[in-house]
Amino acid sequence: MSIWFAQFAVDRWRLSNGFRRGEGADAAPTVLIAETAHGPRIAAANDAGRAAGARAGMMLADARTLCPAIAVAPSDPAGDLAFLEKLALWAQRWGPWSALDPPDGLVVDVTAVAHLFGGERRLIADARAAIAARDLNARLAIAPTAGAAWALAHYGPDGAILGPDNDAAMRLAELPVAALRLDPDVLTVLRRLGLKRLGELGGVGRDALQRRFRNRKSPSANPLVRMDQLLGRVPEPLLPVVPQDIPLVERRLLEPIRHRELLDQVLRDLAADMTRELEGRGEGARRLELGLWRVDGEVIIRALELSASTRDPAHICRLFGAKLDGVDAGFGIELLRLRASWVEPLALGQRDIESAAESHGTSLNACIDRLTVRLGPQAVRRPVPHASHVPERAQRWQPPLEPEPATQGELAFHQRPLKLLDRPEAIAVLYATPDGYPRSFRWRGAVREVVKVEGPERIAPEWWRERSSARLRDYYRIEDEKGRRYWIYRHGLAGDGRGDLPLWYLHGLYG
Amino acid sequence: MFYPAVHSPKTPPLAVTDEGAAALLRTRLPRWRPGLAAPAHSEVFASGDQASGAGLALALARDALKAAGRSGPAQEDRRQLLWVQDRAAVRLTGRPYRHGLPPELRHRLIHVEAQTPEDALFALEEGLRCRDLAFVLGEIAGNPRALDFTASRRLSLAAEKHGVPLWLVRLEAQPELSSARMRWKVAAAPSAPARWNAAAPGHPAWYAELFRARSHPHGEWSLSDDGNSLAAARPHNSPERAAAPDHVDLVRAVCGRSLAAL
Repeated sequence: MSIWFAQFAVDRWRLSNGFRRGEGADAAPTVLIAETAHGPRIAAANDAGRAAGARAGMMLADARTLCPAIAVAPSDPAGDLAFLEKLALWAQRWGPWSALDPPDGLVVDVTAVAHLFGGERRLIADARAAIAARDLNARLAIAPTAGAAWALAHYGPDGAILGPDNDAAMRLAELPVAALRLDPDVLTVLRRLGLKRLGELGGVGRDALQRRFRNRKSPSANPLVRMDQLLGRVPEPLLPVVPQDIPLVERRLLEPIRHRELLDQVLRDLAADMTRELEGRGEGARRLELGLWRVDGEVIIRALELSASTRDPAHICRLFGAKLDGVDAGFGIELLRLRASWVEPLALGQRDIESAAESHGTSLNACIDRLTVRLGPQAVRRPVPHASHVPERAQRWQPPLEPEPATQGELAFHQRPLKLLDRPEAIAVLYATPDGYPRSFRWRGAVREVVKVEGPERIAPEWWRERSSARLRDYYRIEDEKGRRYWIYRHGLAGDGRGDLPLWYLHGLYG
Repeated sequence: MFYPAVHSPKTPPLAVTDEGAAALLRTRLPRWRPGLAAPAHSEVFASGDQASGAGLALALARDALKAAGRSGPAQEDRRQLLWVQDRAAVRLTGRPYRHGLPPELRHRLIHVEAQTPEDALFALEEGLRCRDLAFVLGEIAGNPRALDFTASRRLSLAAEKHGVPLWLVRLEAQPELSSARMRWKVAAAPSAPARWNAAAPGHPAWYAELFRARSHPHGEWSLSDDGNSLAAARPHNSPERAAAPDHVDLVRAVCGRSLAAL
C-alpha cells in the first residue's frame, strides 16, 4: 500500500500552528519558502495560495507579482522528514513493516494482511479514516508491487486497488510516464521522444529503448528498469523503518556548575544512571556521547568509543575524565546529557570491582580501551590475513577485538620474514644479468656479501588491480656473511619492456 | 645439590681475586639453559639492521611459555600478546608480518605503534597490568631519556606484580643502568644449511650473550630455533671471542676445594 501525503509540508505547518484546514492563517494565501542562492523559492503552497497562482518551485518574487498579499512561512525539510518517520512507524498498524518514500510518501507492506480488516477496500477505508482523523491530506493505493502502488497513488484514481489477478500493464497503460519515479531530465528526454503514457513505452521496441538508455544504471534514470519494477519483473528492495530508542540520561542542574570536581560528580551520577538503564535492557554501550549545555547556549559534545560493550560506571568515568580536561565551562554548565548512541547486547555478569582490577590486573577490553584513548585508534591494531598474494597486501590491520575475517587456509610453501618494512628500501646489488643470484649488496651504506641464497620466488603483479606496466618481482631469501637474513627482490626483468634495468629492493627481515 | 655458602666458617675463604670469585660464582649459580621459566623483565640488545632482537625475544618467550605449559594444565593457550614499537623502531626494522610469525602466535598478536618512547613505555606498562596477556614484547630504539632506571624499575615491578613477562628489545642502544632481571646481547649467526637445499638459509640462529642476570652466571651460546624448540650450543666461532672457549659447563661444583685437589 502506498500512501502519498499530497500536501505534506503545508499540513505539517498547519498542524504545528494548530489550525484546521482552511481556517485561521490557512484561509489566507500562504507559501512555505526555502532560501536558495537566487533568493527565496517556494517549497509548498496551501490551497488558497495555489488558487492565487503560487506554485511549488516558483521564486517568491514572481508569486508576489501575482498576489501581493501572499503570506510567507519558512519550510522545514528536516522536520518534515522526522515527522514522516514517525508516521511510518504509526502506519505499521496496517502491516508488518513500512518504508519511507521521501519527501512525502510511505510504503506499507500489506501482503496477506487485508483479510484482517475484511478485505482491501475496507483496509483502504480504515486507513483513510485514521489519516483523516489526524487531519492529513492523503491519497492511497494498493498494488502487488511498490512501484505500481506509487504510480496509482500519485496519478491514478484515489483509493485504487490493483489485485494480483488484474492485468497490471493494461490498468496502468493510461498513466503518464512521470508515474515511473524518473529523474526530471529523463522525463524531458521521454517527452522529446514523444512518449507520454506508460502504454506508449511498450509500443516502442524494447531494444530501441535499451540502446537509448544503455549507460543509465540507476533505476531512477532508466525507464526500462522502472517499468520492470512496476510490473514485478525485477525486485525492488526497500529499507524498512525499525524503531530504535536510544538510552539517554540527563541531569538538569539548579545551579550552573563551573568547577571540575562538581562536573566529575555529576558525570559519576550520569554514569550510574546509564548503567542502570543499560542493565535493565541487557545491553552495553559501544559509543557514548556526553553533551554539556552551557548557560550562554553553547553546547559541548564529547564522544567516546569503546572496543567492547561495557556498562561499568568507573570505566566510563575514567575514560571521560581524560576527555573533559579541556572543557571551558564559561559561565557555567546547566544541563548534562549522556547518550549511548551505539549499544550491543551484553549479558548480566559478575561485577568487576575496580579494586579487584587493581590487584588482579585489568581485563583485555579495559587495557585496549586505555591504550586507544591515549594513543588513538590507529595505533592499536591487529594484523589479519587478506586474500592477496602480494606480500604487503596479504596483511591488513583492524581494531584488535573485532572478529577475524574468514579466509582460506594459508599455503606454507615459502617462509615469510618476521618483519616487513613499511616501504621497501632500494639497494644496490651485484648480480649476473639478467637473472643471476645476488652476490653482494649495499644497504644503508654498508656492503654485504651474500653467502646463502634461495630463490627466486616470482610474484606477479595483480593485473586486475594495477596498471599494465606494473613489473613482477623475483624474491630471494638471502643470508650475508654475518648470518643476517633478509628478503630482497628484483623489480622486473631486464628486457620486459616495462622500464630500464630492474632495480633491487630490500623488503623484509628474518628473525 | 648442596652448595656451601662462600663465607661459611667451615671452609676457608679462597684467595680473593676477581677470577676466583667469578669462578666460584659461576659454579654456585645454575647455568641458563632453554626450558626455564621466564624472568619477569628481560632486555635484548640488538643492532638495528637485523631482526635478531625480535626473533630471539620471540623464541625465548615461546620457550618460556612452553615451559610454563608443561607444568600447568594442558589446554590451548589463547591469551594475546602485545607487541609495542616506537616510531624509530618501526622505521629501523619494520613492523611484524603476520605470515612470518610462528603459527601459534599469528592470530594472537596485538600491535601498538607509539609515536614517542614515552607513549611506548605507557603502552608497555598498561600491557603488563593486563591479566589476559601471555607476554608483552617491546621494541625501543636508542637510549631515550624517558627510559631511565626509574622507568625500567616501574616496568619490572608491574611485571612481577601481575606475572606478565616483559621482553624489551633495545635497538642500537647502549646498555645503561636498568633493573631488568636478564640482559642479553644478540647478533645474527650463520645458520645451519637447510634440510633440502644446502645453499639456502636454514633455521634462524643467533649468538647470544647473557651479560647480566640475577640468577645465572654470565655465558654465551649459539642458539637456534627450528620452529618447535630452542636449541642451545656452545658458540664455535663467535665473532668477538673466537679464541676464548667457554668451559663453564665442564666444571663441576668443587665445593670450595681447588681443582688440583680432586
